[in-house]
Amino acid sequence: MTDATTVPDEQKQKKPPSRFRTAMSGTAGITFLSIVMALVIGAFFIAFSDPAVQEASSYLFAKPMDTISAAVTSVVEAYKALLTGMLFDPDATSLVDALKPLSETITMATPLILGGLSVALAFRAGLFNIGAEGQIILGSIFAAYIGFQFNLPWFIHLLLAVVGAFIGGAIWGGIAGFLKAKTGAHEVITTIMLNWIAIYLVAWLLTKPSFLREGRQDPISPPVAESAEYPSIFDEWRVHGGIIVAILAAAGVAWLLDKSTLGFQFRAVGANANAARTAGMNVSRMYLLVMLIAGGLAGLAGSAQVLGTEKSLTGGISAGIGFDAITVALLGRANPWGVVAAGLLFGGLRAGGLNMQTATGTPIDIVLVIQALIVLFIAAPPLVRSVFRLPETGGAGFMQTAKGWNG
Amino acid sequence: MSVAEAPAPEALPEVHIVPPTPRLVKVLIGLGIFAILVFGFFTPAGKDVTFQLTLGEEALALPDLTLPAKISAIVFSVIALLGAVGALFAARKERPLWPYTTVFGIFFVLGFLSWAVAGNTINLVGLLQGSLLLAVPLVFGAMSGILCERAGVINIAIEGQLLTGAFMAAVVASLTQNAYLGLLAAPLGGLFIGLLLAVFAIKYWVDQVILGVVLNVLAVGLTSFLYGRLLAPNQETWNSPPTFSPIAIPVLSDIPIIGPILFNQNIVVYLMYVIVIIINIALFRTKWGLRVRAVGEHPQAADTVGIKVNSVRFRNVLLGGLVAGLGGAFFTVASVGAFGKEMTAGKGFIALAAVIFGRWKPMGALAAALFFGFADNLQSVLSIIGTPIPSEFMLMTPYLATLLAVAGLVGKVRAPAADGIPYKKS
Repeated sequence: MTDATTVPDEQKQKKPPSRFRTAMSGTAGITFLSIVMALVIGAFFIAFSDPAVQEASSYLFAKPMDTISAAVTSVVEAYKALLTGMLFDPDATSLVDALKPLSETITMATPLILGGLSVALAFRAGLFNIGAEGQIILGSIFAAYIGFQFNLPWFIHLLLAVVGAFIGGAIWGGIAGFLKAKTGAHEVITTIMLNWIAIYLVAWLLTKPSFLREGRQDPISPPVAESAEYPSIFDEWRVHGGIIVAILAAAGVAWLLDKSTLGFQFRAVGANANAARTAGMNVSRMYLLVMLIAGGLAGLAGSAQVLGTEKSLTGGISAGIGFDAITVALLGRANPWGVVAAGLLFGGLRAGGLNMQTATGTPIDIVLVIQALIVLFIAAPPLVRSVFRLPETGGAGFMQTAKGWNG
Repeated sequence: MSVAEAPAPEALPEVHIVPPTPRLVKVLIGLGIFAILVFGFFTPAGKDVTFQLTLGEEALALPDLTLPAKISAIVFSVIALLGAVGALFAARKERPLWPYTTVFGIFFVLGFLSWAVAGNTINLVGLLQGSLLLAVPLVFGAMSGILCERAGVINIAIEGQLLTGAFMAAVVASLTQNAYLGLLAAPLGGLFIGLLLAVFAIKYWVDQVILGVVLNVLAVGLTSFLYGRLLAPNQETWNSPPTFSPIAIPVLSDIPIIGPILFNQNIVVYLMYVIVIIINIALFRTKWGLRVRAVGEHPQAADTVGIKVNSVRFRNVLLGGLVAGLGGAFFTVASVGAFGKEMTAGKGFIALAAVIFGRWKPMGALAAALFFGFADNLQSVLSIIGTPIPSEFMLMTPYLATLLAVAGLVGKVRAPAADGIPYKKS
């Protein structure tokens, strides 16, 4: 941004930017710096809202160092608890216990990765799927019903429930895709509305005798049969086989996008729908297909919740995962393996945030702030470059390809 | 659904050879027949329905209206159908539809109530008064959406703006123990989100849908974090705002039925009337409004005649933030009294739905918001009385209605042409 305004004379005198600074100005560098900036701003919020810091600041001018040291302690303690809650517990006596935080990170990351893949796939086809939340709910409903209603041998039952979850999510995503294809209704509006319809749908189902657990008034279904649960490694760890599904799904989406004809068509439609239509592609069909698959992926995230983590259907089964999935897909730049990495980071923040909340009393909601800020910054590379005075490398943000409501 | 068709004051004269029957009219006729069949046949015979027409505190007391439920359900549904047929003839003769759709709406709802409330009593005045209150944040949110989107910036962050507005109002009103200061501070909360929206959308060209989603996450995160850190541990100092009480406007509030509904409300409701009227006039009757709409429809043309496209957009997005923030005050200083985590609970998205359902027109959005508020309040009233319809389905109404609207069931819904597309001067 700054270079554009300087006169040529000055430019000659300026040294060419170092290789390091050029690298930092690239995609990976901007992502890294965005995370750093978000953590720094998060640190300010943690410090200034800490009661101990506020107390010390009442005599700021008498003893300024007290305030600074209280603030530093506050931030260091909080972020230390966040990190140990993400990776490993140094005070644990056994290795299984020590790695429990990592298990939590992966547990939290599993539905985020699957939801993120859903958003990312649609994104590559030029559609913005805000409906992962609703698709997760529908997937959860299907997985739970198959899980607690039937009695089948172990693997077959699990497989059936997972396929059911995919179909449930696909139906919900498919509605948005169908409306887009047939009537041109904008998928952002339809998926937002479908999210809320799904929220009330699950609330209603959980008042019905066929879904409500016997003897319970609160919205909770019977537990899914053990034969439909994702297998786990240790009883102490919550991490379950859903992560394998997530990794396989990432590989599948990567293959679909990079190696298959269908994926090529998706990307062509995403790059320029009119050009794709001129080239003879059936754009409407692509919209329907991509929303079916994206919905199915989000449905799988629902299966991770119902068959792995919660083991029954509840009113809050989606727990905002569908919205976090959007930030995951954006941080992963709509690239399947990027989504896996972003899902692990945000899953870690969720897991670590819980630990931070219990250990230091810092509310976990700061994680949402950090998450939102990271995406905000990576969406605006010129801002990050100007903060760190990095050279302009011309790499425009991928989130700047805006289309209007009518587009 | 009947209320969606608002008068279109800004419509340019168009040349029609044979006026086609609007799809809306077909839908209304279908609904009218549906009403006769369902409400008429499924209302149990021999039961009465009682409509109370007063709250019991008015000077002029109207008697309760007790009707045989089955007959009234049929009669009201038939009148609704006649209204729809009237709309059909009005459309043929190119006369405005709204008198007929209004008749349809009122009698459709009365027919529905005769069926749903059969054997019970419902207070119509209380029902409508509560509906208006529930619509207040929706109306403010929708006005914010209209201000932004008419200038060409998509605003999905209405939810976040309402939430930060509610938060600011609660905190300032608590600290100062003055609800009016809370009301003054609330717009600043919305402005904060509006500012981020404006900077990232207009200066950095970030996709506005993404931006809105992210700003909502940011607003939830920030307010929940500060709630957990400051408000929850010190409820007394930080989170116990005084609330407004209703102010009865002399004379007007004594009019039977509409008096208590419209003119015995708190100051936020009166502010809402003023703001809707101002925005409607400003958008369609002033030079400012013409510029805003030009920027939203055809920014290149606006630029050619010397309108500074991006400054108009920047100002409007900030203005939208202020309005939605003000609406946020409703949650704390005008209703609940204390801030709660994520207390807007999706109202911002219903407001967005109202913008779309009302076709980016202030009066249309107002009508849609009132309709959604009515559905919401009816749901809670009926869940007390006990009804044939599960309350979850009533709560779905705004979303289903919007889904059907954007799918073209009630005519074509079209956003401002340049809505969501950053303007880059070339």
